[in-house]
Amino acid sequence: MLNKNLKELSGMLAGREISSVELTQEFLGRIEALNPEINAFITVDKDISLKQAQEADRRIAQGNAGPMTGIPVAQKDIFCAKGWRTTCGSKMLSNFVSPYDAHVIERFDQAGAVNIGKTNMDEFAMGSSNETSFFGAVKNPWDRRAVPGGSSGGSAAAIAARMAPVATGTDTGGSIRQPAALCGISGIKPTYGVVSRYGMIAFASSLDQGGPMGKSAQDLSIMLNVMAGFDSRDSTSLDRPVEDYSRSLDESVAGLRIGIPKQYFGEGLDPEVEKVVQDAISQYEKLGAKIVEVSLPNTRLSIPAYYVIAPAEASSNLSRYDGVRYGFRAQEYADLVDMYEKSRAQGFGAEVKRRIMVGTYVLSHGYYDAYYIQAQKIRRLIARDFTESFAKCDVIMGPTSPSTAFDLGEKGDDPVQMYLSDIYTIAVNLAGLPGMSIPAGFASNGRPVGLQIVGNYFSEAKMLNVAHQYQKNTDWHLRMPSI
Amino acid sequence: MQWEVVIGLEVHAQLSTASKIFSGASTEFGSAPNAHACAVDVALPGVLPVLNRGAVECAIRFGLAVGGKVSQRSVFARKNYFYPDLPKGYQISQFDLPVVQGGQIVILVDGVEKTVRLTRAHLEEDAGKSLHEDFHGMTGIDLNRAGTPLLEIVSEPDMGSAQEAVAYAKELHSLVRYLGICDGNMQEGSFRCDANVSVRRPGEPLGTRREIKNLNSFRFLQQAIEYEIQWQIETIEDGGKIQQATVLFDSEKGETRMMRSKEEAHDYRYFPDPDLLPLVIDEKWIGEVATTLPELPHAKRSRYVSSFGLSAYDAGVLTASKELAAYFEEVVSIHPEPKICANWVMGEINGWLNKAGIEIADCPISSRSLAGLLVRIGDGTISGKIAKEVFEAMWNGEGEADSIIEKKGLKQISDSGALEAIVDEIIAANPSQVADYRAGRDKLFSFFVGQAMKATKGQANPVELTEILKKKLAG
Repeated sequence: MLNKNLKELSGMLAGREISSVELTQEFLGRIEALNPEINAFITVDKDISLKQAQEADRRIAQGNAGPMTGIPVAQKDIFCAKGWRTTCGSKMLSNFVSPYDAHVIERFDQAGAVNIGKTNMDEFAMGSSNETSFFGAVKNPWDRRAVPGGSSGGSAAAIAARMAPVATGTDTGGSIRQPAALCGISGIKPTYGVVSRYGMIAFASSLDQGGPMGKSAQDLSIMLNVMAGFDSRDSTSLDRPVEDYSRSLDESVAGLRIGIPKQYFGEGLDPEVEKVVQDAISQYEKLGAKIVEVSLPNTRLSIPAYYVIAPAEASSNLSRYDGVRYGFRAQEYADLVDMYEKSRAQGFGAEVKRRIMVGTYVLSHGYYDAYYIQAQKIRRLIARDFTESFAKCDVIMGPTSPSTAFDLGEKGDDPVQMYLSDIYTIAVNLAGLPGMSIPAGFASNGRPVGLQIVGNYFSEAKMLNVAHQYQKNTDWHLRMPSI
Repeated sequence: MQWEVVIGLEVHAQLSTASKIFSGASTEFGSAPNAHACAVDVALPGVLPVLNRGAVECAIRFGLAVGGKVSQRSVFARKNYFYPDLPKGYQISQFDLPVVQGGQIVILVDGVEKTVRLTRAHLEEDAGKSLHEDFHGMTGIDLNRAGTPLLEIVSEPDMGSAQEAVAYAKELHSLVRYLGICDGNMQEGSFRCDANVSVRRPGEPLGTRREIKNLNSFRFLQQAIEYEIQWQIETIEDGGKIQQATVLFDSEKGETRMMRSKEEAHDYRYFPDPDLLPLVIDEKWIGEVATTLPELPHAKRSRYVSSFGLSAYDAGVLTASKELAAYFEEVVSIHPEPKICANWVMGEINGWLNKAGIEIADCPISSRSLAGLLVRIGDGTISGKIAKEVFEAMWNGEGEADSIIEKKGLKQISDSGALEAIVDEIIAANPSQVADYRAGRDKLFSFFVGQAMKATKGQANPVELTEILKKKLAG
């Protein structure tokens, strides 16, 4: 049951082999048993989940079910969900119960899915290890000493530990792909603008993008069919024809041109990770794909550019958390300025404060041109590198992360080391491209390795096809940790 | 010592859209606090702004009306600062690329036209209100106004006196109301002025300016600028230096006082708002808006002078508001005597409106009714003097001019037979005055007119009467 994919679960629900209530109880039981140790969920509300499951069962009985009806979905705690505490992993919002639904939550409601709980994450999605959460670190189900990655570490760990069949994530600089890689699951960050950001708590608006996380590419395609689509409440949402992301899963990859950027296989890459990724690429060659060398020369500039743009936007996006209207307010303060200072000093964690300060600095008078404008220029150069590469290939492949999951606390004192763990994912956000990670094997330490697939704009269906063909011929995605 | 004054104005005009600039909440004024504050206005986590096209259309109308350049691409930027009635911690405004660039406003001061150049006009959102009373040492926040669309109109420093600044503000006020983009209600804060004032000796470079914030009446604008000019001149003449600052006008004391110095000025950390795409306005949209523009005050004024033969001053008074001009034109359309119509609209109508404290829209005498009265003066049924009596009756709701004239028997006596009989009686009753008049005391003529008017209760046709009197007195 725990290892079944969405198609199988949906078939069981339709055939009345199991009810949504039973399925939901199964996963709630799993959460109850495992969450105290893994800490993948911040909030679980059995009453709401079971009520949604009952409603789904009614829809199924009426013959009114879709592919997600009755399926439990873990929601990253960055998505506002009406009646749910929505914390974004922060003390600042630890008491915030959302009065409204994010677009993504609305879509899953309409599809009849069951919200199984809100997953843990780095505070305001700022982090690559899930250690910055106010609600404590998440542990990697493959190895409790290891981080699950971040910021969607709770979602990744929940799927890896089979506490939920699928989950949502968000990806600003790799926050879906890196935890997917580190937890041995699949995840896709769509093209910027494909999934509405309405109700998704903003970190860096021009980079944030929601997406699905699951065990397989096929599951991701079913999820993305629910999540994608135009939303007039998000001005950056793209008004495009509705797509079926499952439509080309079964197409052959013979003749596929896979671009391999040399910059993704250089210094800093763990040789064991490199080996696993090269094996995966060889597998594609066996399936008839062709390898093309491409160049992404500005990759090295992606981290500095990102750590100007993302904090700049974040410093402004997080100004609304001032203790005035909702959220945390310091208990004692002398006056207005003191209230702001104490509420924000006590309500935000160290990493969030670091980025607010960096962002405030780079936007300041006299520094704006040197940092922010310069970073925007680099951003355009990075996008151009990809455009030029995609003239020669259909997808780009490489490692998702330079190493397997690192140990809890290992990089805690060195933010730059932490930032470098996103070296292969960040450029994709800066360019607004879709990117995904699928399990490709394990290192000798028993920790999973992810293969990153980057596609051209709006090529999600193609990428899912490419991933699905690999998963049809391998079983890495079906491996589960022994818990 | 001679001083030259340099003034530039920044005007915030609240745009007359039904909903806010970035949310669907109502812009209605005067509701219970926070009744019109939706999730976007409260800046809940995760909400996003969506631009109201109606507000953009207002900006296009303005840009076209002032002959400015409507930018094909403009950018919304975030102006970052903390204040409790600024829910997001930033205001969405425009910085580098405003929606309107350039343009001009023509003002009339002491009968002389002067052109004030505009720097720019940009769209932005208003903040909420902080309520400091009634909360026992705490501050209440009302976000009804938060997100209300504003057009900030920035002039070049082209004004040289408080009088010119007020003329400019009035002209702008009239224009935005003509365009239907702002209700111009200054008490409710729909039209607010900030004045940048500096002084210098002729020929010298610009002096340091101080900005007077939030002037919400033309009177305060005038007083504040006059006070500020005097203060700056005295400060310099006393050997002091003007420091750049933002000041507030205390209308009770009639003086400006420091709000913050340049050192305390915020670093707003403007950057393009990543939640909003650049605002793109194509030629087609501009063209569509252009076809809906009304005749503007300046063009109307010229037409009143050229085709109605009115003075520039009269034309200015009549075109001050679109509604008054429309009223006047309706009167003229029925009674094509522009000068007489203008006198009555500017004199009686405006006078009585002022006395009653009401607007032309609520005038108890319709343009058609007024024209009906003027027609009766024109055709000699009543004299101008009697007409004022009829006017008062009309104002008091006693009916149309004709029925009042009829009912009260106010018709002029133009029948020469009847008038001649009256004049004969007067001559017979006043032999010594007749003798004196005939002996050369011409001044006595008005005595006879008075007697005749008295006898006819003022209803004698004055032209007819004069003729008969002259003939009979000549003997």
